[in-house]
Formats: sequence, C-alpha cells, structure tokens
Amino acid sequence: MRTLIKNARVIDPASGHDAPGDLWLEDGKVLEITPAGARAAQKNDAVIDAAGAVVAPGLVDLHVHLREPGEEYKETIASGTRAAAAGGVTSVACMPNTHPPIDNLATVEMVLSKAKQQGVVNVYPIACITKGRKGEELAEMGELQAAGVKAVSDDGEPVASPMLMRSALQYAGMLDLLVINHAEEKSLTGNGVAHAGFMAAKLGLSGVPRSGLEIMIARDLLLAEETGCRLHIPHVSTAGAVRMIREAKARGVKVTAETAPHYLALTDECLATYDTNVRVNPPVPEASDQAALIAGLQDGTLDAIATDHAPHSRREKEMEFALAAPGISGLETSLSLVLTTLVATGKMSLLEALRRMTANPAAILKIPKGTLAPGADADVVIFNPEAERVIQAKEFVSQSNNTPFDQWQVKGRVLATLVAGQVVFFDPAFEGKIRKV
Amino acid sequence: MGLQRKDLLSLEELSAEEILLILDTALSFKEVVQRPIKKVPALRGKTVVNLFFENSTRTRTSFELAAKRLSADVVNFTASASSLAKGETLLDTVRNIEAMNVHTIIMRHSCSGSVRLVAESIKASVVNAGDGTHEHPTQGLLDMFTIRECKGSLAGLTVTLVGDITHSRVARSNIHGLVKLGAKVRIVGPATLVPRSFTRLGVEVHTNLEEAIQDADVINILRIQLERQDGKYFPSSREYANLYGVNARRLKLAKPDVLIMHPGPMNRGIEISPRVADGPHSVILNQVTNGVAVRMALLYLLSGGGNGDENIN
Repeated sequence: MRTLIKNARVIDPASGHDAPGDLWLEDGKVLEITPAGARAAQKNDAVIDAAGAVVAPGLVDLHVHLREPGEEYKETIASGTRAAAAGGVTSVACMPNTHPPIDNLATVEMVLSKAKQQGVVNVYPIACITKGRKGEELAEMGELQAAGVKAVSDDGEPVASPMLMRSALQYAGMLDLLVINHAEEKSLTGNGVAHAGFMAAKLGLSGVPRSGLEIMIARDLLLAEETGCRLHIPHVSTAGAVRMIREAKARGVKVTAETAPHYLALTDECLATYDTNVRVNPPVPEASDQAALIAGLQDGTLDAIATDHAPHSRREKEMEFALAAPGISGLETSLSLVLTTLVATGKMSLLEALRRMTANPAAILKIPKGTLAPGADADVVIFNPEAERVIQAKEFVSQSNNTPFDQWQVKGRVLATLVAGQVVFFDPAFEGKIRKV
Repeated sequence: MGLQRKDLLSLEELSAEEILLILDTALSFKEVVQRPIKKVPALRGKTVVNLFFENSTRTRTSFELAAKRLSADVVNFTASASSLAKGETLLDTVRNIEAMNVHTIIMRHSCSGSVRLVAESIKASVVNAGDGTHEHPTQGLLDMFTIRECKGSLAGLTVTLVGDITHSRVARSNIHGLVKLGAKVRIVGPATLVPRSFTRLGVEVHTNLEEAIQDADVINILRIQLERQDGKYFPSSREYANLYGVNARRLKLAKPDVLIMHPGPMNRGIEISPRVADGPHSVILNQVTNGVAVRMALLYLLSGGGNGDENIN
C-alpha cells in the first residue's frame, strides 16, 4: 500500500532537506521525496493533501513519563501514546519511575507488550540504572538491553554515589547503553520547590540553587570524561550547566544534553500566583538562564528538546505549592512552544528546531527514527507552523491536563501524525484532506 | 470608602491608601477596646472561622477576640487533628467549611501561597493569618499601627528588622507595608538567613547589626526559630546572641527614642536581652494590644464596613 503526501514543504533535518515537494510512503516505510507533482498517484494510493503544511519526520521525545505500570490514574501507555500522536510525536522513550520501577525483564516486556497492543506510537522503555532506583546496586543491564532497552536512568533519583555512577557509566558503556542521570545534589536542593532567586525569596518558597543542579552535572562530566563513556544530561535548565557541557564537548567528552520546552517559554516570574502547574523539577529558571539555553540550542551544546512529559491528576496539583507534585503534561504543547519561542522569533530555523526534536534525539538513543531517508520507518508529522491556536488544557488527549500553558496563544497546529504509514492522529478539520484517489 | 476586596492575603497587594484606611479605622477600634464594654454589633449574625493548620496561641486568640468584639460568631478549627490525617486535601477541607455558610475564614498554614489557593477557590472572605514563610499581613499592620501611634507617621523613619529574614513571614509583610508608607527599611542577620535579592524590594541589606541599627527609629526583632539552631545556618544560639542579640550596649547606637518591637514569642537572652525586652523602649505589649484593634478594623472593612455612613458605635 502506497501513500502520497502532496503539496507540502518537506523538511528532513537528517539530510538537510527543506523544499516544496511530495513524500511517498510504501508498506510502512519512506519510499522517496519527489518534487511537487513529479509523479501522479495511482489507483489505490492513499493521498493526503498537505498544501500549506510542513511534512517532517515524526518527533522523537526522549524524556516522557507514561506512568504505567502503577499510576494509571495519571496516564497509561494507551493515553500517553495518543497524547504523543496528538503532539506530532511518533517515538517516546518512557522513564522507569513507575511502580514497580522498570528495573527487570518482566516490567520491560510488560511495557513493550502493552505498547504494541494498546499504544499508537513507538515506545522505548528506559530502564533503571540501579535496582529499585535506590542507588545501591546496578540493575541487570545486560538482560534489559537484550530485551530492547536503549538507555538507563534512575529518573528523579540521582545516582548519589560517585563510585556507583562511575561504575554505571563503564558497565552501561560496555553494552552501548546510554546513561541518563537526573542531575541533582539533594543536600543542596533539599525541600526546594522553585529557582532560588528573587521570586522564590519574595514568595517565601524554598529555593533550589543553581549549584544544586550543576554540582551533579560537573561530577558526571568528570566521570564521563575519565571513563570515555556516553552520558546524557536531561532537562538542562541553567546557564552554568550549558557552559560546562559546552566546555566538555569541546574537550571531546561523549556527552549529550536536552532541555525542555517549558524552560524556553517560562521564567520564574510566573511563580507570582503560586500556580502549581509551574511547579516542575528542575524549577523554571530566570531570564538569563533561558537566554543561555537558547544559545546552547543554537550552537549545538544542547542536542535535543524533550518534554519531560509528567502527567499528574488534579489531586496532585490542586494543592499547596510546596506539596504539589512537580511536572508538566507536555506532549501536546511541545511543538507549538518550540515554534512560538524559537522559530517565530527567528532564533532558530524551522529545520534546525526540528533537528533537535527528530534526528538528534534518535541519534542519542541510537534508534532508526527521526528521518525521512528512503527505507526509514514511515513515521511522519504534518503540521501548519503558522496556524495560531489557543491551548485548551481541558481538551488534552492525555489523561492529565496539568499545564501552565492553558489559554496561551501559540503558533503551530498538528494536522496529522502517521506511524509506520498509518494515520494515528488527525485534526478533525484536516480529515477531508485524507482520502483515497 | 471601605476596602474593596474579598480577601487580605498580603501587604504586597495593598496600596498605601488601603493600608492607611485600615490603620485609621483601627484607631476607632482601639477606643472601643478601651471601654468597659468592649463590644460593637458590626458583625452580628456573621460567622468567622479560625482555620489554623499550624499551632498558634496569640494570633488565634487575637483574631478570636477581634471577631467576638464585633459580635460575630466564632468557630475555632484546628485542622491537623481532623482532616489532614484522613487524607483530605486542603481544598476539600475548606470547601466543606464553606458549605456551612461561613462569612470569613481566618487561615494559618505552613505552606507559602496556601491561603491564596483557598481564597481563589471559595466565595467566603479569607484573611491570611500567616502562610509559610510568605506573609503575615495583620502582624505587619499592627506593627505599623504601633509605630504610627508612637511616632505619628511612618514616612522617613528608619526601621531595622533583625533576624532570620529568609524564613520570616513577619519580615516580608513589614517590608512591603513600611516601604509603601515611606519608611527606610534595613534588614540584618547572618548571610545564611538574609536574602540579598531583597534590595529589589527597596530595602538595605546588612549582615552587621551595629551598622544596621545605627540611628534607627525602630528595631523590630524577629524570633529565631529553635528548629533552625542545628548548626547549619549559624553555629549556635550563643554565637547568634553574640553577633545579633539586641542588648543595651548596642541600643545606644540607635536613636535615643528608638522603639523596640518583637512579634513574639521572645527568646530572651538570644535575639533580645531581658533588659531591652522589658526596658523603657519596648512597645512589645502595645503590639499585642493593638493587634486586636487592627484585626477588628480589618474584619469590619472586609465585611463591607466603611462603605456607608454606619457608625461603629
């Protein structure tokens, strides 16, 4: 079966392609990109008219919480992957802070099997670095890797012991598993709930000093440099972290890093109303940090943009600020926030912004995704980058709608999302554009 | 005009005019509480709930007396004993209380911003009686009332706040209120407990007590919390007393008619020497007396008083 997506602006960051044209898919794979109208659709070809829209590889989000198993009242593999599809995301790496944690073969297989049966996008479970995320003993990484795991992380729990972290880098490195360490020195971050700046001080909120995050990043960079092993730093939020990663990369340290859309869109001024939807860990930074994050994305210090999609129910958010659960449901707003904060402002080209949401995260995870190269899996997003829309949290596909961006006017609307050539999401207004000839 | 707002959450949100309205109204109530019969009918038929999620004796009693002297019905609700233990959320608790048709909720809670969360979620009037380390606006108001009573005006006075500013809701309310009324505010304490960024609130930040109380008109001494005396913020209460204790010798650096204030309860011998606490400059008990009048004024204004020509007598 063949599908033609026609009249689009086809962008494939992996090859640097950005031109008007048609994208052909066949049997779940990319066939080729042709100039617009170069070839007519045949009988039985499905045709999607993407006039005025961008066609790009489906987004790859390497930091997502699907909450299953254990917290299915917040999100499930079924609901989380549908939220991903609605956001144009076709591959997610899901974090192991589940109950039980993903530190054993049975749980990995359960997630993979549920994803296959009930999910609509590709799911790559991230397993734990240590058994039970306790930071005491390494998880059985060899077996986990054989089951399909690409990366390990004790998400939310830093590997506190430098010895164990060094060992984890070496052991995971031997297996070519990516190590993602939640960078936080808990004796400094303590019970902090907001960036330790003027706003937190004024509001009487316990502060997280930048050093509480950066000390751990500095340590991990030293260990990655010494061992020569790959390290990925999640949710970078401070200027100092960007500077250290930049310097480490210049020395040849095998480090990659991500930041999240909310750090590009919010500063700590938004704390003023104590809206628990802005409570997120690490906390939203100051404007000077935000500028450094953007510079880091521009010069490639920060490789990827990942949501840290962290759905929480109202029960966890209709709370005192300090007691509310940290996290933002981000899958359905990430593309729009990137388009609004980076592309529409001229800080990054659309192609470069998309590179940080497709080819780069795929390369970090070493998965064959994020490209429209012939033969690649036909995972595609079709979106209108100029469309203005107002974010409606209550209409989220995700089971949770904890977002600080409700009612924000943003750019960008996902029209359709395809996984392996199958339409897994479409905007109702776009339905008429999808048809068989 | 009365106070055109449903709640009192902070002094940051009040204008100088609103603060002066409350302080002026409190003058009339101070006269009321000095009468043999200290009761007016302003809040007759209204229900005030003291909703305290944190222990308090003096603030709760002060609010209770204020409400009773306005003829309101007062219910004291100590939350820790009831709802929280059963897994109910804060909003569950307050919605249940509101469903009993109360007019005003006076709330104290250990989390900053929690009183605002409640105020935004219910129709009843909400008064912040201290939220975490954020604000304690009625303490700020009664401190300003007391200074004004002694000095006539706040404009141009130098007021020094001494102690753990970082964790003090009293300090934040004092800073916002005093700066709005034209006082010069200095804050002083160990560097570990004084946010330097507060210069952005228009105050001077000090770590040397002698410098900070030089020529001060008012010294407001904050209580050092015993739970912070674990050697992490400062070495010991003995060293704290050495560096930051306000004693008679240091008092000579201030203006001769300096006022000594303390929101209580005092640690005599730590942040304040007994001689200073009980000496001629101390207006600490006046603060307590004035607290009732200020809270009466506030409850009266929030319930719509002051809008017409009604007479509090």
